[in-house]
Amino acid sequence: MDPFTLADLRRIMSQVGTDGVDADLLINDVPFAELGFDSLAVLETQARISNEYGVRIPDEALDEMTTASATVAYVNDLLNRTRSR
Amino acid sequence: MIPRRAVITGLGVVAPGGVGVKAFWELLSSGRTATRTISLFDATGFRSQVAAEVDFDPLLEGLTDRQAGELDRVAQFALCASAQAIADAKLPVGAAPHRTAVSVGSAVGCTMVLEQEYVRLSEHGTNWLVDHSRAAPHLFQALMPSTVAAEVAWLAQAEGPCAVVSTGCTSGLDAVAHAAALIAESSADVVLAGASDAPISPISAACFDAIKATTPRNDDPAHASRPFDRTRNGFVLGEGAAMFVVEEISAARRRGASIYCEIAGYGQRANAYHMTGLRPDGVEMAEAIRIALRRAALAPDRIDYINAHGSGTRQNDIHETAAFKRSLGAHAYATPISSIKSMVGHSLGAIGSIELAACALAMQHSLVPPTANLDEPDPDCDLDYVPHVARERSLRAVLNVGSGFGGFQTAIVLTDTGLRDAE
Amino acid sequence: MAAPALTGVGVLAANGVGVADWWRRTVEGVSGIRAVDTLRDGGYPAVLAGEVVDFDPARHLPTRLITQTDRWTQMALAAAEWALADARVEPSAYDPYEFGVVTGSASGGNEFGQREIGRLWRNGPGAVGAYQSIAWFYAASTGQISIRHGLKGPSGVLVTEQAAGLDALGHARRLIRDGARVVLAGGTEAPLSPYAWTCQLSSGYVSTAIDPDGAYAPFDMAASGYVPGEGGAMLLVEDQASARARDAPVLGYLDGYAATFDPPRSSGRPANLGRCIEAALADARCPASEIDVVFADAMALPGHDRDEALALAEVFGPGGVPVTAPKTMTGRMYSGGAALDVAAALLCLRDQVIPPTKGITRPHPAHHLDLVRDAARPCAVRRAMVVARGGGGFNAAVVLSRP
Repeated sequence: MDPFTLADLRRIMSQVGTDGVDADLLINDVPFAELGFDSLAVLETQARISNEYGVRIPDEALDEMTTASATVAYVNDLLNRTRSR
Repeated sequence: MIPRRAVITGLGVVAPGGVGVKAFWELLSSGRTATRTISLFDATGFRSQVAAEVDFDPLLEGLTDRQAGELDRVAQFALCASAQAIADAKLPVGAAPHRTAVSVGSAVGCTMVLEQEYVRLSEHGTNWLVDHSRAAPHLFQALMPSTVAAEVAWLAQAEGPCAVVSTGCTSGLDAVAHAAALIAESSADVVLAGASDAPISPISAACFDAIKATTPRNDDPAHASRPFDRTRNGFVLGEGAAMFVVEEISAARRRGASIYCEIAGYGQRANAYHMTGLRPDGVEMAEAIRIALRRAALAPDRIDYINAHGSGTRQNDIHETAAFKRSLGAHAYATPISSIKSMVGHSLGAIGSIELAACALAMQHSLVPPTANLDEPDPDCDLDYVPHVARERSLRAVLNVGSGFGGFQTAIVLTDTGLRDAE
Repeated sequence: MAAPALTGVGVLAANGVGVADWWRRTVEGVSGIRAVDTLRDGGYPAVLAGEVVDFDPARHLPTRLITQTDRWTQMALAAAEWALADARVEPSAYDPYEFGVVTGSASGGNEFGQREIGRLWRNGPGAVGAYQSIAWFYAASTGQISIRHGLKGPSGVLVTEQAAGLDALGHARRLIRDGARVVLAGGTEAPLSPYAWTCQLSSGYVSTAIDPDGAYAPFDMAASGYVPGEGGAMLLVEDQASARARDAPVLGYLDGYAATFDPPRSSGRPANLGRCIEAALADARCPASEIDVVFADAMALPGHDRDEALALAEVFGPGGVPVTAPKTMTGRMYSGGAALDVAAALLCLRDQVIPPTKGITRPHPAHHLDLVRDAARPCAVRRAMVVARGGGGFNAAVVLSRP
């Protein structure tokens, strides 16, 4: 199965609503909060990732998913761990 | 012109721990908790599996077959609490219908019936277009929570202004403030006021799970609601109702009614910041408190007890602590403050009224209910939050605050009637 | 205290989005009621509704707001923004604590809620998104409007079904008397999603007519139910002195307001609509003879129509005042309905023309109403009354006057 990519994350986040935030800012790891992407938006993103990829995202993830690359890394790690079982 | 004053002459409570004022006060004064593993639905797979539920049999509580069979639980609670309040006040029902009003708060209305019926008619959510042919004939009553006010109005024979106030988690305070306003402006002489919510159903539980607002402390339900405690991690979803007979003071005195307290002042503001988030500075809640005190013509240092919102989320308890310091200054450190959500959970729109009932009873008994489960205070919540044990104290002026989704901030001041008589 | 001024309006209705379009079509007698595709697909006995087809939230709101709100709140946000613009009010020019928001709310975030409950029951609790907690509950529109415009004043949400649009105005006046300078007040409703529709059908009050013409015919011999609609209106209510000081564009004044509740039929006690109307008149210190038009509640059910006609005849005399119900062109919009009627009354005062009631072919002879039917009626209008009744027995009435 394919890894979770930055493109996947951007797609989901734009559905939640980044309102034309420059895609480069996502690559350069500006913290979500500075992009106007609040905790509810991060939780909504988590919920959509969870449903699309069939993986349960634990509470601790909120502290880890603070930037785009951290989120992509976290989700891939989670997918690898759950798939390897 | 002296504005018309509003007093509470009767109250009724349906709360986790027991139906009726006696059971409610016994729970609060003992510091026991009524939080437990969810039993109203199968909570397997939910993040938070604890709730504060009411053991409630509508027929045993005196509701009719129609009320038991057709009405959502939220309306049943409101009717039960209203009947108690009317009896408690010895209110002559039907004596002055045109001058009797209703103001009932509810945050989520008839959620249980709406969800249960949807599951049935949509075949477990698989049929978007829904099979209307099997809809129960009274389903339309559940769609709009105004039904709750109508039912209470019929019980109280009220024909004055009647409404449901639905400002989220401050509904229970706002509905009572509304009653005081109706009396002050002479739209009514008697108001059946209070609030009810019965949100312990899968959709409510799931929506709070999604934002991690409720506590996942499922292995220890009795100690799961921990306002101001260092290890708090969310609120416990609750249900219940509290209703009051609110009357214009001179009319109450003329008929020899027993008076619990006066609704001396209220303040309502919004943080205009975020639908769920709270800034740690508590500025707008402090402003609501300031307005309530000004309306009550009281200096901050006259407050003898604060009933906090104290939901037990990490952000609320910090926000609130800051608000108390900002509005009351040094006096915040000298005032006992407690959250009864530690014992009866957070029943959303209802809790504000349930807390006002606790305040009225606290004044009557000169006893401050404690904050249960406060084993180790959060260092950032460094006020006197009355851990574990109720405390004797003469209470002449009490402040009750609430905060809710949408940014609503409300404060109400209850006083001994003697305070204003003396002016 | 001086009557508050109404200085701005924003509307959405089946026959027009935005005040200009909606009012033009209303005066021309153009109805927006038609068969709704999803309702036809669902095989419901009633398929006609006042759907707001010309509202695309993406043209008015950022994606992030659309994702976290139901259509009902999206319409309220748009209406609030347009009301502010119409009133030439910039919220940042005010002390935020003096600026409040009051909405009427009846069924909340229907479509959003239906979607999330469906996900929950198909896929388990984890399938519910983060926004259900803020999108569905009745306070969502007031909350989102207050946040979007930075309004920190006293705010409210009242639920009295169709009466709430007037109760919200009455409450706005109360807040202004208590010290607020400006209040955005009104309501919207979005009740056309399948489950909400099913709930409404169970009352037996919704018209099952197939032909839009005459489907919603209040005060008609053949009245057989109303047609629900979506949309509503938000209005700017201002302290009069404050409005004068900034030379505000005043549409009218809120001279009087009253609300009552009906006893159950079984009690044998009379209904209280007439008393409500008289109380609003007394509150406005306005004799009945000075009301030039009544915007009726118009349930289009024989018993309700008779009660309303009787109440109007008692207060104004048989045929004593022109009566109209432009909601026959938009549908009955619950929280949005009475707010839209107030907007119509204000524009009626501005343009000195009474918009028509459509769909009546045989007015009931026992009603004795001077109905403004089919075509708008030019008329000298100085004071207007709006009447509203919410299901369950809620009555409300307001008196408005020309600037």
